[in-house]
Amino acid sequence: MPTQGAQHRDHQIVPYGVYFKVWGALMLLTIVTVSVSYVNMKNVKVFTASLIAAVKGSLVVLYFMHIRFEQRIYAVMILVVLITYAIFIGLTFVDYWYR
Amino acid sequence: MGNAGAATTHDTHSHGVGHYDPAAGKIGMWLFLFTEVLLFGTLFIAFAVYLQKYRFDFREASGHLDKLIGATNTGILLTSSLTMALAIAVLERSRKRLSLMLSAITILCAVAFLVIKSFEWRAKFEHDIYPKSATMLQKPVGEQMFYGLYFTMTGLHALHVIIGAVVIVFAMVLVRTGRTNAERITFLQNTGLYWHLVDLVWIFLFPLFYLIG
Repeated sequence: MPTQGAQHRDHQIVPYGVYFKVWGALMLLTIVTVSVSYVNMKNVKVFTASLIAAVKGSLVVLYFMHIRFEQRIYAVMILVVLITYAIFIGLTFVDYWYR
Repeated sequence: MGNAGAATTHDTHSHGVGHYDPAAGKIGMWLFLFTEVLLFGTLFIAFAVYLQKYRFDFREASGHLDKLIGATNTGILLTSSLTMALAIAVLERSRKRLSLMLSAITILCAVAFLVIKSFEWRAKFEHDIYPKSATMLQKPVGEQMFYGLYFTMTGLHALHVIIGAVVIVFAMVLVRTGRTNAERITFLQNTGLYWHLVDLVWIFLFPLFYLIG
């Protein structure tokens, strides 16, 4: 993992290879999610698709958006947003089911 | 004013380039991205609610979207995210020309995405499938909801692709004129963050609309 990087900058310089590997993984996961969608599995289809999308999304946020290499505060901020969003989803469904 | 002298000194120092604070710029960009997440997030919640209300209609409608076209566009956006990340990475190493080339490829990918998307929409229009069309109103309510959300969400996403491409053009001008460089790279980095968010939204849009049929 990249640990060296100019000290006067506020961010780390990531080797090119990391980006190519992440891109490869994302392309592979796209092929996987499309192939899996041809399998007939009614109820877990949305779940599987969302799960693979979540993995792909995490890769984008961690590597392309650099969260893996940033100060922890950014990860904390993202976590707060995700928790807020989860509460938002929860409240919507509670409202929808019990109105 | 008491600080007029200080301001003048500051101006002569910076040659009008202004104060540079990369950390603040980055945090500000992330805060903006969070509002974008909630903008698309509410639409995803609407999708989730109607998906479980009209499960079968959603599956039926999803089956009529072309998976391979959707997958192609996914590949194009993922590749554009790679070239965007590389455009920043090479500028960090002061390779200006290469950075400009990679930014240009990113824009080409954006255009390719939009062209494919427009053909897709046009094919739907030709089958009289758009909100409130005669054919549409005959379909089950669930399918109407599916296509309503499809056009709204992919439309809003396409708007973001257009805005992203325009911002990349701006970034290219700044890189070309040297105002954005290895030492002052925040504008290009923030452009990249925006572009990756556009990619991120599509990563969730694609399977939910195309792959649940």
